[in-house]
Order: sequence, then C-alpha cells, then structure tokens
Amino acid sequence: MRREEGKEYLYITLHTELPYQYSAGRYMSRFLTTLRDEAKILASRCTQCGTVLVPPRVVCGNCFAEMKDFVEVGPRGTLKTFSVINFPFIDPFTGVQRPVPYGYAIVQLDGCDNWLPHFLDEIDVQKLRIGLRVEAVFKPREEREGAMTDILHFRVIGDRSRESSPEGEVS
Amino acid sequence: MSQRVAIVGIAQTTFQSAKRAQNYAELVHEVVSELFTKTGATHDDVDNIVSASSDFWDGRTISNMAIQDVVGAYMKSESKVSSDGTLAVLYGMMRILSGQYKTTLVVAHSKGSEGTPNLIANAAFDPIYQRQLGIDGLSASALQARRYMEKYGVSEEEVALVSVKNLANARKNPYAQVAGEFTVDDVMQSGYLAEPIKKLEASPISDGACALLLAREDLVDRFTDKPVWLKGVGHCQDCYYLGDRDLAESEALAVAAQRAYAMAGIRDPGKEIDVAEVYDAFSYQELMWTEILGLCPRGEGVELIRSGVSTIDGTLPVNPSGGVLAAHAVIVAGLVRVAEAALQLRGEAGQHQISGVKTALAHGSFGYCGQMHCVWILSNEK
Amino acid sequence: MPKSVAIIGSGQTNHTSRRADVNIPELIKEAVDRALADADLTIDDIDAVVIGNMEHFEGINLSDMWASEGSGAVMKPAMKIATGGTTGASVAACAYYHCASGLFDRVLAIGWEKLSESDTTTGIITAFDPIVERLTLAGAVGGLAIEANLYMTSYGITQEQVAKAAVMARKNAQRNPHAHLKLDLTVEQVLHSPMIAYPIHYLDMCPTSDGACAVIFASEDVARKSAHPPAWVKAAVCRHNHPYIGDVDWRKNTLESAAIEAYRLAGITNPRRELDVIELYDPASFALLSWIESLHICGPGEGGKMIDAGAITMEGDIPVNPSGGVISTNPIGATALIRVAEAALQIQGKADARQVEGVRTALATGFGGSYWSEVFILGRTP
Repeated sequence: MRREEGKEYLYITLHTELPYQYSAGRYMSRFLTTLRDEAKILASRCTQCGTVLVPPRVVCGNCFAEMKDFVEVGPRGTLKTFSVINFPFIDPFTGVQRPVPYGYAIVQLDGCDNWLPHFLDEIDVQKLRIGLRVEAVFKPREEREGAMTDILHFRVIGDRSRESSPEGEVS
Repeated sequence: MSQRVAIVGIAQTTFQSAKRAQNYAELVHEVVSELFTKTGATHDDVDNIVSASSDFWDGRTISNMAIQDVVGAYMKSESKVSSDGTLAVLYGMMRILSGQYKTTLVVAHSKGSEGTPNLIANAAFDPIYQRQLGIDGLSASALQARRYMEKYGVSEEEVALVSVKNLANARKNPYAQVAGEFTVDDVMQSGYLAEPIKKLEASPISDGACALLLAREDLVDRFTDKPVWLKGVGHCQDCYYLGDRDLAESEALAVAAQRAYAMAGIRDPGKEIDVAEVYDAFSYQELMWTEILGLCPRGEGVELIRSGVSTIDGTLPVNPSGGVLAAHAVIVAGLVRVAEAALQLRGEAGQHQISGVKTALAHGSFGYCGQMHCVWILSNEK
Repeated sequence: MPKSVAIIGSGQTNHTSRRADVNIPELIKEAVDRALADADLTIDDIDAVVIGNMEHFEGINLSDMWASEGSGAVMKPAMKIATGGTTGASVAACAYYHCASGLFDRVLAIGWEKLSESDTTTGIITAFDPIVERLTLAGAVGGLAIEANLYMTSYGITQEQVAKAAVMARKNAQRNPHAHLKLDLTVEQVLHSPMIAYPIHYLDMCPTSDGACAVIFASEDVARKSAHPPAWVKAAVCRHNHPYIGDVDWRKNTLESAAIEAYRLAGITNPRRELDVIELYDPASFALLSWIESLHICGPGEGGKMIDAGAITMEGDIPVNPSGGVISTNPIGATALIRVAEAALQIQGKADARQVEGVRTALATGFGGSYWSEVFILGRTP
C-alpha cells in the first residue's frame, strides 16, 4: 500500500533517566551540615563590603571579594514576596509531578542582606501579604539529612507591626 | 585583522577524575583568581566575559548561571558558547575587534564526574535514527578509527605510539590527569574499550577549568610583557550523520586550517609551526588531525612520531603537554590547547617547554568524530 | 566606535503549540529558507552561522550538530550560543560581533525551540541552583510570579491593568501570521482564567511554542549594497545578574542598566519620544507594564497608567509588541531573536498588517537567566 506524505506523523518516545551528583562544594557543604546537625542557617559575610548572603558562597558578586566569614542568620525573617503555585509540572528531582498547590516564599532572613526562596505553609493568598514575619520550621533531628528539605517550610508568625512584641506571640 | 588582540594571561586548574570538594563556582573562582593574580588585573579591568560550558555535562539548563559572580558578570555582558573552548576564544576576540570591548575574560569549566558520561554522549545522537542504538562518543570514534586505519594502512601498534608519546609527555605536565611511561605493548594490553580503541588510547573524563585574558593591542602592556598574539583562526562544521561523511577524512578540518593559515600568513605549516597542541580525544585522532592539518602527508602521521619529528625533542612537537589523552574536561580541553600553546610561546611551559617557539598551533574539536574543528595560529611576535 | 552592521533579512516559522509534521532540523530549515528568500540570498552567500536553543528543553545534547542538517552550517564556520531565555538575543549579538569584528560579511543567526517535545517547566527549574533553589521553584511562572507580586504591590498596579496588557498583546498577535496565540479576549476572561501562580493568571502567561527564527546580519559594505533597506544595529548591550533568585535586587535591574548603555550608544536622550516601537520580551503580561518603566518609557509605577491611556497600543504614541510579543508566541531559543527580527521588520517597513507607521528607531529586548537582559536598538541609518 502506498503511504501518502502528511497522513501520519510519528513520535519516538524516550524515557531516559539522566542522573547527576551535584557537588555542594566547600561553602554549601558547611551550610548543609550545619542545617542538619544544629538546625541553624549559615550565611557568608563579605570581608570587603560586609554584605551577608545566604546560601554562603565563595565570592561576593558585588565587589568580587572572597567570602571568608560565616554567620548565623534567621531562622526568622520577613516575607519579601510570595506566590501560590497551582499549576502541575514535573519535578526534575523526582521525575513525577510536584504536589500542588504550594506556597512559594521569598524570605529575607534576619541578619541577611539577600533573600531565600522556600516553601510557605500558607496557600490562602487572602492571608498573605508582603512584609509578614515568618519563621523556618525544621524537620526533627533524626530526619535531617543535609539538604534544603531539612527546612520543611516557613510559617507565618505575625505582622511586621507586631515584630517587637514578646516571644509568646508565636503560636 | 586590522587591530590586534593578544592573550595576556593564562590559568588552568589541575585536571582530576573528580573534584568533589568544589562546586562549579568554586572551581571557576580558583582559575579566575589565579589569572588575576598573574596579570595584576582586577574585575574593573575586564569589560566583558565569554564562557564555554555544557548544559548536559553540568546537569543544568543555562550552565553559565552558576559562575556569574565568580567571573564578575554582575551588570556586565557575559555570553556562553555552548561548544568547544577554542570558539570561546574566537568570540572573545571578535568582541574586542568590534571596537565595543577592550578586554575579554574567556573561561571554560566542566566536571565530568557529576553526570553520566555515556548517557550524556548518547544524548548527542538524534533521537529518531541513532540514539536507540546506544551509540556514544567512544563507539562512534571506534568506527572512525577503524575506517582511518583501513584506508591508510595504519596498524594498531602504530596508533598506540601516540599514547606512548603523549602519556610520557604528560609526566612533565603538572596539570595532567593521566601520565606514565608506557610501551606499545602496555597500550596493546590495556584492553579494548571499543575495538580498535584500547583503554590507554581513550582520553579520561576530567574535572577542571581554564581561563584566558584577552586584551586589545594598546592595553597589552598593562597586563604582561609577554603577550601571545592571535594571528589566525578558522573554524568549520561538517555534516551530522556519521554515514554522510567519509570518517577517514575531514574536509571541515582542512577548511578550518586553510582559513587559519591564510589569516596568519602560513604557507608551509610543517615548516613554519614550532609546536602543535591538537585535540587527541583518542590516540588515532592525533594521527588524522596532524595529517589533515598539513603537518605531514596523508597516512604519514605515524611517521611524524617514529622519525622523532613530533616527539618532545623533535622539530615539530605535537602535544608536549600530553594532549587531551592526558586530561579531558569536555569543552575545557580545547581552551587548554590554546593555553598550552600560549605557555609555550611565553616560555612558561615548565618541564615540557620547547625551546625557541615562535609560532604555535592550537586545535579544538566538537561533535562526534570531529564534526566541528577550530584551528588557531598563535605567535609571540606581532 | 563599533563598525556598522545591519540586518538585511529575516524569516520565521508559523509558530504553534506542536509541529508534528517536521523534526528539529526541518523546523529550522523552514525559518532559514524564509530568511534567505527575504534577503534574496542563497545559503552559499552565508559566511558563518550562529545558532542557539536550550538543550534540556528537547533533551538533545550538542543540538547544533544535528541542527546542521537544517541550519545550512555544513562546511561553514558555525557556533552555538545558549544563555536561557536570552538565547535568541545572545545569538543575535554573537552574529553582530561576527560582522562588527570585520571577520565575516554575512552571518546567519538562528534561534529555535520545539517545546512540545519535553516538559519546559522542568527544564527551566534546572536552570537554577540544584541545592537551594530547585526545590521550590516552579519554572518561569514561579520566578515571574514573585516579581509580579512585588511590582504590583509596590506600585498599586491592579490585576485589571495587567489583564489589559494581556488583551492588547493577543489582539496585536491577530495581525501577525507567525504568532501562536491570536486570541480575541476580554479583561474579564483573563481575570477569570485559572490563577496558575498568584498573581499570574493562565491568560497572563506566555505559551510554549514550536518555532524557529533566522536573521541575516551583514557588514556595512554588504548592507549598503543590499537589495532591501537594511535595519542598522545602533546598539547591542547585555547585562547579567547574580546567580541566585534571592540575590536579585529588582530595584537595580539589568534591563534598566542595559537600556541606559544602549541609549548612550545610540545617542538617545528621550526614549519615549525617540523610540517609535518596542519589541519587549514579555514572558508574562505584568512585564509589559513594569519593564517599560525599566526602559524609561515612563516613570516608576506608571506602567499601569500607560496601559490605561492606551499609550502602548498599536494606536498609541509608543506601540509595544505589535507582533503580539512573548505572551503570544514563545519558542524559547527563538523568542528573543524574534524580538530583534520584528524590530528589524518595523524599520524595514516590512511588518505588513502589524506595521507601525514611520518607524525610524526600534528597540528589542531579551530576558532570561537569573534576570538577565539584552537590549538592541535598530535604526534606518548606520
């Protein structure tokens, strides 16, 4: 039988898995082990301009000085912007769909000059606004493995206006 | 070229099978810092950056994103060549020749240790016809080796001489990953990876980085008293499917070489070139490439070695550094050929220094079985 | 001063969600053939090829090698440039520097993507740091949503104003035969479409497209002899940012920095008055308001007023995206090159139904990476 051009277009489907082992390197390894062992968030401070950046890294991109000092930052911070992700997509880490919806927080940790993205436990945008105070919620010690997932998410702890109120305000 | 551009600084890392202690930013920071220390340059002296790296090898879409801060790209122009490092040098030079820029930082990085090499290589074969055959760089090159050896009557023992020469040279190169005093018999007994290519005839897969600083003629003195001038360059791409080419030949390399020679005013490359760093990802490739580069007649690449011409104490040493057989960080390896040629021209090649080098050739290749070639002619004389 | 370079022809596929009838090289060839026809040239007239796409979007490593079957790069100098969303603009810049360097006379710039062949959001997530940022990033949508939220909150820009921009762009696209989404929308429809990532609605966001674009750059002498009026490159500027999302300071953005430098190079002091049309890389509709502020078309926070006043519509004093822009058409590696091609068509008076009258100066942008920007200014005279 003669095949006519344009009647049938085929696809070749590949299901290739392509694994990688990403080196965390010197700075990020210290960041991750501290997260795992002490539930503390480390940043690096530029010896030249004093900028504090999380995650810690070898160079301060503003002045090209090598970062040498590590400082603890957070675990509280301020919500600088956010979104709630509703659409489905394949997570490149797992190869399956990332569960949606989830809150996406961009947090300025206390003591830090830049911002850190992480999950937010609130997905109702009516309850969210830029400027809210948030706090990192860590996994229990025995479940922490030296990865960003050692922080479960950030949770809202109140308004910036109530920032100065006593500790008991977090509930 | 109406204006002149020179290499004014050179830095490379050691090449190793796995640099687990460094992420990409830290790896590149090492090489850029060294470059700045050597040249006295600061980031204010660099007005643009051209990098070369691979999204597939890095496991990262936009592989140059990781290195933005360490190359000082903040609020500057940086671009990424997703091809061999030799082309990054070309793009860096073109930016200066345009008149818009004065100094280009050229940097390449790769860590073969983080991905899965044969899957990454296999992914370069089109998914419709070839990929499902499981072909990768090694198996494709084996086809080319067999075809070249058959067509020009070259034996396995003769091809093995390349590994003997280059891996011995590599002992004098502190940056090399693989080195040693091997005999032809050692190479022959090293075991077939893909017949006729044996273990000691296949380049390793390396982690490492390399950086060059290019400067416009009038700024050269600020960084060095030993500039290496970019005198000629040619690059050319062949057709894709292995079956569409006679794998024993490479018209693309011949065209690239002609263009580079014409630009540099080279008429008799075998006589005028003092040292060559060619892209020997596999031992047979050094023979093929040196022949097609016109350093000797076709089929006589092995004669260059046997007669001592291309050995480290010969009249035209080829790969005194040990070549790609000694260290092969993908994409970086082409930039290293330029770096090694430049070190020879500066008299800074250490134990593998060739005396009296005035003109050097550096060759890079990309795509399987040499689909793309880039040839550079460098000189320490204007 | 850089040497003068002009665009003498361009071609695009008719972009759509899935081109089942062509494979990747065939898709590319369609755009290349159209560009050559537009410039009255054949592939033999082309000196060099610059091509770009993002490898992980189709899962093709060394994609320029397979592409050579359609790009016309066989037996020509060719290189691949890949920088994420900016790729098309980075390709254009590289082709521009090929000519401006004096080394090449006619250079074919090609951008392409066949996004139907894999998951684009997955590919974009892998552009970011694997250890800290991939965990939570939801591709381009997520990255843009946080910027949109910050912008809209800072300046009190309403969702209605942003939706108006989405309606305008899709209306413009109806006049562009190459556009992917030619939708006749109302503001209510945009506002009632699903909130995919607050504050971005489904109809605010760019699609994923299959498509290719080719643009021919020429050196001054060749351009002057071109059969068609060329579009001269007055400025090509690129600015990069820090690598982490959390490092980006949206008050000091790369687009503004690039635009300031481009205006300086092109001698523009009042962009609102001196620019006749803008082709903006608008991955989401808020960018049509926010990023014209970065271009100094209006003051900070005045983007909303601009759309309310109709200033950026086809009938306005500074039409933005007569082509329909990125939210109408998005084959990523081609997207920024399409901006350059569309700006050139406006200068050349060849934009047909989407032509803005009397265009003398046009601006095109590219956006990608970690909030990187490229800016081109094109004009009727060198």
